This record gives sequence, C-alpha cells and structure tokens, in this order.
Amino acid sequence: MKEQGNYRPLSYFQLMEVSLRELLVEKCILTDEQVNAAVEDMRARTPERGAKVVARAWVDDGFKKRLLENGTKACEELGLDVPALKLLAVENTADVHNAIVCTLCSCYPRMLLGIPPEWYKSRNYRSRMVREPRAVLAEFGLRIPEQMQIRVHDSTADMRYIVLPRRPAGTDGWSEERLAALVNRDCMIGVAVPKGPSD
Amino acid sequence: MVAAKFKPGERVKVMKSYPLGHVRTPYYIRGCTGTVERICGAFPNPEELAQMRDGLPALPLYRVRFRQKEVWPDYQGNGEDVVEVEIFQHWLEPV
Repeated sequence: MKEQGNYRPLSYFQLMEVSLRELLVEKCILTDEQVNAAVEDMRARTPERGAKVVARAWVDDGFKKRLLENGTKACEELGLDVPALKLLAVENTADVHNAIVCTLCSCYPRMLLGIPPEWYKSRNYRSRMVREPRAVLAEFGLRIPEQMQIRVHDSTADMRYIVLPRRPAGTDGWSEERLAALVNRDCMIGVAVPKGPSD
Repeated sequence: MVAAKFKPGERVKVMKSYPLGHVRTPYYIRGCTGTVERICGAFPNPEELAQMRDGLPALPLYRVRFRQKEVWPDYQGNGEDVVEVEIFQHWLEPV
C-alpha cells in the first residue's frame, strides 16, 4: 500500500477498498494493471487542464461563446475529453460572482480540475456554501462586494460546473500560457479570483 | 424520453416530498419556488438507477434558480443572491 508508511491500522473504508479491489482481481473482473492505469489517469488530470480552457476563453471571444453555450464541445476543441457528463461554464462578470458546490456528495469537474480538495468534500463547505456563501468566501479570503450578485451552483445531478473567472487587469497582450498560470483550482471553483500583476 | 413540461423563465415549485431511497433533490430546496434557468437535457432517473434498473425513459433535467432570501428567510446578503439546483421533472410542479 502506498502512503501507508506510518503503520496505522487501515480505516474502515480503506479496508473496504482493499477487500473489494482484491476480490475483483481474484474473480478476474479487473486486473491490477487496469486498476493502476485508472489511478494514474486520475492523477494525470490536474487543474492545468481547466486553466488552459479559461486562458483560451480570455483570448478568443468565439471560443468563449462556444464554451458558455456547450462546455463539453468547446473542451473537445482543445483536445480535452469530457466524457459522458455535460460541462457548464459559468461566467463571472463585474456584477456576478459564481461558486460551485455539491451539497449531496462531492460532484466535481474532475476531467478539468483533477481530484477535489478535501475541504470541497467536507460537511462544513457543503452545508454552508448554499446557506451563507458570503461568509464562506470571506473565510477563503474573498470578500464579494455587497452589491454584487452571488450565484451558487449546486451540482446535484448530471451537470458539472467550472467558473470562468474575469481576466485580471494589466494582462493585455499576454500569451495563453502566461494567462493560464494565473488561474488556479480555487478560481475555477469560485472560492478565489485570479490575481493580476497590479493586485 | 419524456417530453419537457416547463420552459426557461417559467416559475416552478419543488415538491415537498420525502420518499425513501436515493434521491438527487436536496432537502433544503423541497417546497421552494424558483424559475427555470435552462433545460439541461434528458437523463436516466437516478432514483431508478440506484435500484439497479435502467432509469428509462430519460427524464428532463432542469436548472432551477432560487432566490436565497426565499430559500433561507434569514439569509444575510444581497437580495439578488441566488442558488441554482439541478432538478428532475418529476420533482417539479407548475406554479
């Protein structure tokens, strides 16, 4: 077992995972190689994928329009496969701030952001983000002006969401790569906004 | 596929129902009234999928926009703040 160097006993769910995995392999339903490949695949997906989408939308209005109309198709243009699920990009503007949560479990745009952070799956975030989003965002260090509208998106079913943040001031003429470096995971969940050179 | 009953912009009310089993309609939004923001398409019914059935015919799935002040009467913040939730058609009633 990886990351078990502290010789702590396995938790209930870890034990369940090991038992189930070994059973599936023993019964020839899966091979160890397939399990490892799936884990590697998951690890290979990082927020840089989402940042690439955001940066393209910032420099290409046509792409941005297509992204907002059909997120899944627009990602395919960049060679990013968003299988089965539908992706909805929600745009931050001068008047609207968007943020994402899944109150029922932990639905997350893994194909663009990779593995969700622990706090995204916590009861605290999931229950409070719909109830008092301004207070939760303030805890992340993000103070949304009172006159701005907050839209919280609860991904309860088959859609997955990504926030399209506003492009920071002072970035005119920047390349897509340079812009993408400003966009981190939290900006695309909506608990942060990208910082420009003058912020 | 079941035909869509509601259009974007239409007011809808979420049923105040508490069935047993796997349901993708959060408790906090049951009984609330909102506006259809868009139709997401049609998807197999998750309540049936959870019972190992095929969930067909696919049901229309909506994104419904609710005013926070109507969901939480003591909500602190801009009166325009909203929460948007995906809800399957069989959970929605016309207003």
